[in-house]
Amino acid sequence: MDYFLTEEQLMIQDLARQIAEEKVLPVRAELDETETFPAEVLKHLAAADLFGLNVPEAYGGMGLGGFEHALAVEQVARVCAGVATAYAATGLGSYPIMLGGSEDMKQRYMTRVASGESLAAFGLTESTAGSDASGIQTRAERVGDDYVLNGTKQWITNAGEADVYSVIALTDPTRGPRGASFFVVEKGDPGFTFGKLEKKMGIRCSATGELIFSNCRIPADRVIGKEGMGFILAMRTFDKSRPGVGAQAVGLAQGALEAAVNYARERVQFGHPIIGFQAVQHMLADMAVQVEAGRALVYAVARFVDSGAKDVSKVSAMAKLFPTDMAMKVTTDAVQVLGGSGYMREYPVEKMMRDAKILQIYEATKQIQRNIIGQELNKEFGRRKKA
Amino acid sequence: MDVIVCIKQVPDTRHVRLDPETNTLKREGVESMVNPFDMYAIETALRLKDEFGGTVTALTMGPPQAEAALRQVVEYGVDRVALLSDRAFAGADTWATGYTLAKGVEKLGAFDLIVCGKQAVDGDTAQVGPGLAERLGLPFVAFVRRLVQVDPQSRSMTVERLMDDGYDVVETPLPALITVVKEIGEIRVPSLKGKMKAKKIEVPVYGAAELGADPDSLGLAGSPTRVVEVFAPKPRGNRVRLEGSPEEQADRLIEALRGDKLIAN
Amino acid sequence: MSLTIDTELCTACEACVDTCPFGAVEIVDQAARVNEKCNLCGACEEVCPTGAIRIERKTGPAAEGHRGVWVFAEQRRGRLAGVAFELLGEGRRLADRLGVPLAAILFGYGLDGRAADLFAAGADQVILADHPDLEGFTDDLYGGLLAGLAREYRPEIMLCGATSLGRSFFPKVASALNTGLTADCTGLDIRDEDRLLLQTRPAFGGNIMATILCPAHRPQMATVRPKVMKPGPVVEGRSGELIQVDLEARGIAGRTRLLESVEDLTEKVNLAEADVIVSGGRGLASAKGFELLGQLAERLGGALGASRGAVDAGWISYPHQVGQTGRTVSPKLYLACGISGAVQHLVGMQSSDVIVAINNDPGAPIFDVADYGLVGDVYEIVPALIRRLQG
Repeated sequence: MDYFLTEEQLMIQDLARQIAEEKVLPVRAELDETETFPAEVLKHLAAADLFGLNVPEAYGGMGLGGFEHALAVEQVARVCAGVATAYAATGLGSYPIMLGGSEDMKQRYMTRVASGESLAAFGLTESTAGSDASGIQTRAERVGDDYVLNGTKQWITNAGEADVYSVIALTDPTRGPRGASFFVVEKGDPGFTFGKLEKKMGIRCSATGELIFSNCRIPADRVIGKEGMGFILAMRTFDKSRPGVGAQAVGLAQGALEAAVNYARERVQFGHPIIGFQAVQHMLADMAVQVEAGRALVYAVARFVDSGAKDVSKVSAMAKLFPTDMAMKVTTDAVQVLGGSGYMREYPVEKMMRDAKILQIYEATKQIQRNIIGQELNKEFGRRKKA
Repeated sequence: MDVIVCIKQVPDTRHVRLDPETNTLKREGVESMVNPFDMYAIETALRLKDEFGGTVTALTMGPPQAEAALRQVVEYGVDRVALLSDRAFAGADTWATGYTLAKGVEKLGAFDLIVCGKQAVDGDTAQVGPGLAERLGLPFVAFVRRLVQVDPQSRSMTVERLMDDGYDVVETPLPALITVVKEIGEIRVPSLKGKMKAKKIEVPVYGAAELGADPDSLGLAGSPTRVVEVFAPKPRGNRVRLEGSPEEQADRLIEALRGDKLIAN
Repeated sequence: MSLTIDTELCTACEACVDTCPFGAVEIVDQAARVNEKCNLCGACEEVCPTGAIRIERKTGPAAEGHRGVWVFAEQRRGRLAGVAFELLGEGRRLADRLGVPLAAILFGYGLDGRAADLFAAGADQVILADHPDLEGFTDDLYGGLLAGLAREYRPEIMLCGATSLGRSFFPKVASALNTGLTADCTGLDIRDEDRLLLQTRPAFGGNIMATILCPAHRPQMATVRPKVMKPGPVVEGRSGELIQVDLEARGIAGRTRLLESVEDLTEKVNLAEADVIVSGGRGLASAKGFELLGQLAERLGGALGASRGAVDAGWISYPHQVGQTGRTVSPKLYLACGISGAVQHLVGMQSSDVIVAINNDPGAPIFDVADYGLVGDVYEIVPALIRRLQG
């Protein structure tokens, strides 16, 4: 379906698709099998100017928005959700800097990120802080002209591969919601090491690991914005990043749908291609509807967020919730359509099903998304004046 | 280093067919693409630009729609393009093509190197490269698989060229003309900035008059060879199906091959 | 050369429209007209009932006075290439049809005795240039020398193998002689009425065959791929005229320098010489398939080939690739396993004597060119074949 994209948006879509097909497709199975970080592919994306789509031109970006970024992520995810995760996570990791950082900080870091020279990562999750972000325990103590960080972040995407890390730590445990701050920690900072890489069900080429801060000393100007802005910056980051995860889910589901339809047209049982059977047709039809609905929602929300609108939390959560749930179902159904073949690693859909699960979990679980939407509905309706 | 790359827009050969009723080539609806081997030539030129700076110019001879091929290579980083197009060029065989391209090269000005793809997948003759070198009086090395050393200052280059039984290491002065093969390296991806430039770039078109070309050397009139007949290849193959279980099929095949005296008893 | 249509004579009967192989004739305002697709092939002129179509042909000044068939006998490291003998076989046939001598042209160093092999293979003359500078192949020297000899001796036909060497310098010679060259011919013949060389070759990836003439320019030059023609009979002790050429007296400048010629045996895949090739494609689904095919190849004393899909998937290296962007082969037996038969692959192997296709897709195009088609699983049939070929 035509979404009336501008010429530039079509270029981005074509380019991302070309790279995905030429450079990602031939290696996706091997990357997954060997759990190898897709460094080469990311270099191609960087050379294609696709890393700084939503970074302002002042920092070497293309000066476009989250929508354009979503278009690119969708095309990459269609071929491999793991590569898409590595690609998109760098955006996530740089949002705090973009949203809260000083001009000087943006100049220092965003040019490197926009060019793809440095990958970024977002450090929030800890063993005590998953859905409950306020459960973080990593401390950042002001000591003279420095901050000293202590603690461990868990399950961070691009751990070890990124150069630039946006890390949230407690600066004042007594101040509750104002007790945390974001910092930029760079690979190589003293006291900053990486723990083991996790072995995952899916998106296996994506690097997921621990960030270990052991008296990690960083200059005081590394704080993003001001002390106490941590949780606010985190929420604002997620508002921006959620449509991107939705786009990832839409792309992944699209890839699964295509695999299923192609297979159903070729697989002959009982004398003719199985796509002729209503049971299969109905499955495919439902899958197609879901994918299109997800796409339409993500595009609409991404545009809305780009417009600078203030109250985007509810729709942003929707743009993550629906597509990710739908992608889990669509990829599972794709395996079903392929039957026995779908279960074999020789065919791409079992990987797509394994990849899909994480989308319902990371960047806030589907339960939390529902919380957010429910709470926003409550607030929204409470604001309306009684007639 | 200033490098010129000669490219050709070709039909997507998977789809060209002979219409069995009229015995004519069915060209409608067949997509065009940049000759795949020429993309390796483009990549070679771009790598030289990465290392030494300079400009990369893409040149093609073709009908007006060949402009699309030129715009496509600008996406990858080519700086300048030129299209040689004129009704008079039509029907050219490789000899006349070489003449026309040589006039085009003269028009473009000074250069250090010309790079061509090994062959065009529609004509498959691999003759334009060497013919062009001959006309321009350039030293020539075909089937280059690796640039061992390039020295723009001392105007020389050492390359490895593929031979049937291995490879030769050849030193050539610059300027020169080389054709390249796949082994030269992986083709890069286009960039967004490249795509934007490709949209906007002006494509100068030079016809016979602008090139100062001798009409007797152009197109069909200038081609020493001409096609006198086009026909569909005889379908080959006896198409005998060997049925049965894998064991039975294997048995039948071996029996048949023994009968054909292709394997020993 | 030009084509004119006399609109007075034209009755718009459309015979020309129907005959034209290029779709270049249309009826406009009740008369025939040709567009830019016209190739001046003359088919319409022949068929026009009123003689309204006239093609004026340039008579080439160079056509007169040329006589003889030349075969460039390629040698590498002192060994004559197989294609040289194949071309001598074909050249002999053409020379006999024309009633002219057949000459073999040989460049190299230390080539005593090789001339005798060429006479035995059917050459009436051997033109030999033996010089240290010619030991290794350089385009400038070989090309300049051959062009000079051609100008001096004026053969009417020159043939060369479409090897890396042939495809490199033969086009340069054609350009220097201002004549046409047809590459990769699969068929050669003489048109009796005018003694022209008919050169047939595939085009558009092998979907179409084209027959080409070089009517007004000489010599008529063609390259032929190895293993397409058959060598002729060898008559030991047959003699002929040996003409020695002095390279230095010709003053040919060589600008490129051959630093080293490396025989690369590590990746040596003797596809061109193999009598049997066992080839694998995407249908193998993994690199392991090639281990299996390798065993079969070993049993059959053959070489391992591959489709582009398998090479691109990284299951086997590029020197094994058969097809449009790989090698062209014509073994006695070609087994295509898990290869669908895309045109680009067929171009590289369809002149094999016998083609066997093993594929689990009954609709795969490979079955259209196969002599024996086995629909089934490669991983079941090939092991069965191996077992039977044991011992």
